[in-house]
Amino acid sequence: MIDPNIKKVLLLGSGALKIGEAGEFDYSGSQALKALREEGIQTILINPNIATVQTSEGVADQIYFLPVTPYFVERVIEKERPQGILLAFGGQTALNCGVQLYENGVLERYGVQVLGTPVQAIIDTEDRELFVRRLDEIGVKTIKSEACDNIEAARAAASRLGYPVIIRAAYALGGLGSGFCDNEDELNKIAEKAFSFSPQVLVEKSLKGWKEIEYEVVRDRYDNCITVCNMENFDPLGIHTGESIVIAPSQTLTNSEYHKLRSLAIRIIRHIGIVGECNVQYAFDPQSEDYRVIEVNARLSRSSALASKATGYPLAFVAAKLGLGYGLFELKNSVTKTTSAFFEPALDYVVCKIPRWDLGKFRGVDRELGSSMKSVGEVMAIGRTFEESIQKGLRMIGQGLHGFVGNKELEIDDIDASLKAPTDKRVLIIEKALAQGYTIDQIHQLTKIDRWFLQKLQNIRRTYVALQQAGSLDAVGEELMRRAKVEGFTDFQIARAIGLEAQLGDSDQALRQVRQYRKQMGIVPYVKQIDTLAAEYPAQTNYLYLTYAGCAHDIDFTQHQQHQSAFSVINDWAAINKKSVIVLGSGAYRIGSSVEFDWCGVQALNTIREQGYRSVMINYNPETVSTDYDMCDRLYFDELTFERVMDIVELEQPHGVIVSTGGQIPNNLAMRLDAEQVPILGTSATSIDNAEDRDKFSSLCDRIGVDQPAWAALTSMDDIHAFIQKVGFPVLVRPSYVLSGAAMNVCSNEDELTRFLQLAANVSKKHPVVVSKFHENNKEIEMDAVAQNGDIIAYAISEHIEYAGVHSGDATIQFPPQKIYIETVRQIKKVSRKIAKELNISGPFNIQFLAEQNHLRVIECNLRASRSFPFVSKVLKLNLIELATRVMLGLPVERPAENLFDLDYVGIKASQFSFNRLQKADPVLGVDMSSTGEVGCLGDDTRSALLLSMLSVGHRIPKKTVLLSTGTAKQKAEMLDAAHTLVNHGYEIYATGGTAKYLSDNGIPNTMVHWPSDEGQQPQALDLLHQHKIDMVVNIPKNLTSHELTNGYKIRRAAIDLNIPLITNPRLASTFIDAFCNLSLDDIPVKAWGEY
Amino acid sequence: MNSNPTIPYTMRKVTLLLDDGTQFHGYSFGYERPVAGEVVFNTAMTGYPESLTDPSYAGQLMVLTYPLVGNYGVPPFTIEDNQLATFMESERIHASAIIVSDYSTEYSHWNAVESLADWLQREMVPGITGIDTRELTKVLREHGVMMGKILFDDEPDNIPTAEYEGVNFIEKVSCQGILRYNEGAAKRVLLVDCGVKQNIIRCLLRRGVEVVRVPWNYDFTDMDYDGLFLANGPGDPDTAADTVAHIQLAMQKHPERPIFGICMGNQLLAKAGGASIYKLKYGHRSHNQPVQQVGTNRCFITSQNHGYAVDSSTLGQEWEPLFVNMNDGSNEGIRHKSRPWFSVQFHPEAASGPVDTEFLFDDFVSLL
Repeated sequence: MIDPNIKKVLLLGSGALKIGEAGEFDYSGSQALKALREEGIQTILINPNIATVQTSEGVADQIYFLPVTPYFVERVIEKERPQGILLAFGGQTALNCGVQLYENGVLERYGVQVLGTPVQAIIDTEDRELFVRRLDEIGVKTIKSEACDNIEAARAAASRLGYPVIIRAAYALGGLGSGFCDNEDELNKIAEKAFSFSPQVLVEKSLKGWKEIEYEVVRDRYDNCITVCNMENFDPLGIHTGESIVIAPSQTLTNSEYHKLRSLAIRIIRHIGIVGECNVQYAFDPQSEDYRVIEVNARLSRSSALASKATGYPLAFVAAKLGLGYGLFELKNSVTKTTSAFFEPALDYVVCKIPRWDLGKFRGVDRELGSSMKSVGEVMAIGRTFEESIQKGLRMIGQGLHGFVGNKELEIDDIDASLKAPTDKRVLIIEKALAQGYTIDQIHQLTKIDRWFLQKLQNIRRTYVALQQAGSLDAVGEELMRRAKVEGFTDFQIARAIGLEAQLGDSDQALRQVRQYRKQMGIVPYVKQIDTLAAEYPAQTNYLYLTYAGCAHDIDFTQHQQHQSAFSVINDWAAINKKSVIVLGSGAYRIGSSVEFDWCGVQALNTIREQGYRSVMINYNPETVSTDYDMCDRLYFDELTFERVMDIVELEQPHGVIVSTGGQIPNNLAMRLDAEQVPILGTSATSIDNAEDRDKFSSLCDRIGVDQPAWAALTSMDDIHAFIQKVGFPVLVRPSYVLSGAAMNVCSNEDELTRFLQLAANVSKKHPVVVSKFHENNKEIEMDAVAQNGDIIAYAISEHIEYAGVHSGDATIQFPPQKIYIETVRQIKKVSRKIAKELNISGPFNIQFLAEQNHLRVIECNLRASRSFPFVSKVLKLNLIELATRVMLGLPVERPAENLFDLDYVGIKASQFSFNRLQKADPVLGVDMSSTGEVGCLGDDTRSALLLSMLSVGHRIPKKTVLLSTGTAKQKAEMLDAAHTLVNHGYEIYATGGTAKYLSDNGIPNTMVHWPSDEGQQPQALDLLHQHKIDMVVNIPKNLTSHELTNGYKIRRAAIDLNIPLITNPRLASTFIDAFCNLSLDDIPVKAWGEY
Repeated sequence: MNSNPTIPYTMRKVTLLLDDGTQFHGYSFGYERPVAGEVVFNTAMTGYPESLTDPSYAGQLMVLTYPLVGNYGVPPFTIEDNQLATFMESERIHASAIIVSDYSTEYSHWNAVESLADWLQREMVPGITGIDTRELTKVLREHGVMMGKILFDDEPDNIPTAEYEGVNFIEKVSCQGILRYNEGAAKRVLLVDCGVKQNIIRCLLRRGVEVVRVPWNYDFTDMDYDGLFLANGPGDPDTAADTVAHIQLAMQKHPERPIFGICMGNQLLAKAGGASIYKLKYGHRSHNQPVQQVGTNRCFITSQNHGYAVDSSTLGQEWEPLFVNMNDGSNEGIRHKSRPWFSVQFHPEAASGPVDTEFLFDDFVSLL
């Protein structure tokens, strides 16, 4: 039973999404908060990630948008005086913060009890040496590593163990600062980096090529243990589990192996004393039953979120209850609602997790996969064959793949080398190798991927060849068609294989023909439930997926089907008791689309449910809250392809489909769904197209007299030159239909233009290149709004701190705007009204503006919720998505009172970058988005809001020294005040050549340091960084010439690798310097969201 | 017949016909012979070699709900010095057939010597794939266990419907004469073989005792032994009346000698103690059955395979429930209030399944 003294509990969130720590912690935190509130316990949440579901109204009782650091957490504890704290739900950020609070005595001082796993147990699993010792005590094998405190010790340890070795930084999440070394040279490099993250580095023998297996284990305080799920990595040990395709349950383990590792996991968790959840990772010999324990994570993790979604067992929810003192036998299975939570799910499907990388967005990044994580998101695919599951998954990652086969030809020079040194393209290279006749054994030798997985992939390839041989639709018999569908082929893949796509020259028409043909054969997918017990007992579960390896639905759709012909007769829908409204989710998290759209989706579901409709979600991202089956009436954990959405629509016969809360993926489906008479709720598909299509949108702007930067869609270099002749440099060059500006760039001269177009040629072959005039030193302003029948109901105008040129997803945004003219605001409202009216918008939309003084230009308009909707909604305390959903459902809405928009506080949204994960990538910001997450903090003024948000994304207030390289003359001038401020506040300035001279000329004392290209001259900027003599780096790239980039790159990269805060934008740097010089942290009041 | 086993559609088409008329269509990958039997499902995700050789599956068509089967092939059928198989649970496949959703035509494992298909064909056991085993399980679940037949679509249905209830399967799988293991050890366990899984014998031998294995209906009551073990076995416990009579006699003659029973052993001990047995609506056949030790907070995940259960309410005054199933509340074990007699409905010897309750063997051996 639970401790009655625990009345108020503090939960630490994980902050901004970053590589290695992403949306999974919104899911686990939300679950934990729900578990606590159910018990009537008052909940306090600290999490600056304003776009999360957990920081929404009603999820926690008090929400603090503050950095998850010991300083701020202590201040919240001092104010709130909670009796308990939960550390396991906010990733490594929360865990590390909690351990520090424990070690510096704060928890004891305020009498705060750590609920769940005791801190000592956490320390036992985090400190490598302690961990090995603890497992030695019970005779469990670990990877023996030597903890080293300096580089000499690391070298000695490596030679004792023998190369190859792996280097890890202690206390680091997601393999940060770790890597494999084949020799001493490599060790020197990697060890230095690891030491910059941690005072302790671990050197251990590499077990490359072993299998990697994980178990999710739960223990209650009565010592009852279960393993909820095991998972097997497709890729062998050596590739971080976050970079690997992961399969649940394991596929290549025998019963004896499975249970050997399972009982070891239970012995370990008992010995360490976990109360709640943890995961145990093993290296497993592919040639015997030998094993090593790699690590134990004494907290909820990416794997636990995946395991929860893979099995339907809500690990975080249960772990929170166990932390309060419950026994597993006292809790209910939340799927069956009748049986106990003490059980182990039995799966009757196979799950594939596939990572999503966005390495293409980074200049110079190392694409090779290894022991450090680089992926920015992941998908989970469910099928009843491995082939079905992996083909679904490959489509879900949203990188243009149609599955394992039928993709665009990949150009690879050396297949052997590419198989040996895996990159983000790994699976495609396997396909290529198979196509070229490599045997399973050859590929296995090169990749060490278990033959079983390769055999299954070969099955897909064989079916593709069989389809190719059939050569036409009539020649595809029922057996082959069924086999293809059971193996996860889409209608499109089939159309392509048989040559129908080429023949018709229209993929849409081709896939429609295949669809019709196979439906006539009676080959349709079936809806199956995820019920945790493989149908052994009846279960009322709304957690669903579709498969072709079946012959019956688990859900009774007959009620809906009586109304199958009712699409055109909308009025008939009133006759049905409960009508479905389908919300299309946002898919894999990626740069440009992440937790903010999950929040939007969840808000839409809530509103739909409140209105008495059946809320239906389609999404496949295991990190999200929207894929928690508690959030809706029916969850289809499945693809967001046209084909699958149509399958579901045909079964559900919905009242309507919402395409505007899930970012670009659903938005792009609008026209095709509309063409099939699927009822799209809100703004019409035609209007969406009118906003998305540049030509149509431009003529609309012309018609209503709204200016846009000059642009043209061009197909030849000659045309491009002619256009630039007219508008002048700089220009913005990009392809059409993009969300986050993939492959776009600003070119300031001929040289850059040529270089960039060569790089981007591959993308632009089929589509024209869009070139537009780039307006420098313009303010960028966003309008987020909701309209009804073309009439704006509510809006939020926010202002970027950086000038245009920094992608809106990377920019620091203040809301309400602090420094724009009232005249500008008036114009923005006027223009927005015109656009809303012209497009007859009903629902959410976003317009981006450039302001040159008071002259406005429209950059783009999206007829869907934008990334900033959760931010502005929470700052305004007006849920714009709820409002938009009501509009889309055709309900009456009240226009919020004008004074609501008059705020006496400021919200600032800052971006989180993950360059430290992306080896070699240049951490410079541009028109292409590169941030992986964001925070939003509130303050009584700009300074405090900015300071809080910058600290939340990992900046630190420098102690003493700042290194400045401030770019062009204009930028240098812009930074002059900030430099003055620094000196006045006692900072020592180091500056590179030009900057040093400029500062000295302006009477600012500084020490000149040399660029990396000035070899041999002292002092060297890089040396100072390596010696940790610099506390903060401001490095503003002057231009994009290769010399400038290389020099600056070395400094920027060193700052990142050595974990020194870096800012590359003059306006942001000035604002930040102004804030930390003029405002002391102690003067910032600790205020909950509700107190603003 | 299958020149290229990797192309599934060269396999012969089959139909699984259930007693209630329901049909499922699939392909044959095992021995090509029609077969009839009781159709039962198992939700375990691993362990097909162990399950197929488990004598408790005698006479049954085993449906696996986990769809991907055959992945790791089949280990060698080697026999150890003590006459027990190294990796299997008996000397042959006992299930009458195996029914799966997605048979893996190719396998991959260091310890595999043949594919599941080859093994089934060698032992003349049918296997079929391409079946929606989830839907089949739902049908079985709602109907209760059912008789069924696997028929080849290109052959007429000319096999009789199988009988299960009332058939003495124990007789078919029990050993024929007395077998001795680890002779001369300090303590001797007398094991009544109703269809014992070899891992039970392994678990006992690992604890240093001698095991004397006798046929199910052998009168052992005058033999010299320190403890009595009642093994698992297939079918209807009512068919083992002889065994129950011997147990009762043994309890009278040697009330101080410990008794430990597993699965069928639990039911026979209960019957010997006067309790009655009933057929469960939903049989327990999985690796994830949660049980709680009565009167404690101790819970265990167990491996189970049974269709009958002890009716706790009919236990005599001298007896009490030892474990209870946390899903459906059914009895999972009993113990005598004063004598060292206890039994469990689940399988602490696992193989296949979780090994969390293996300590019960320690408990038993420490009583000897």
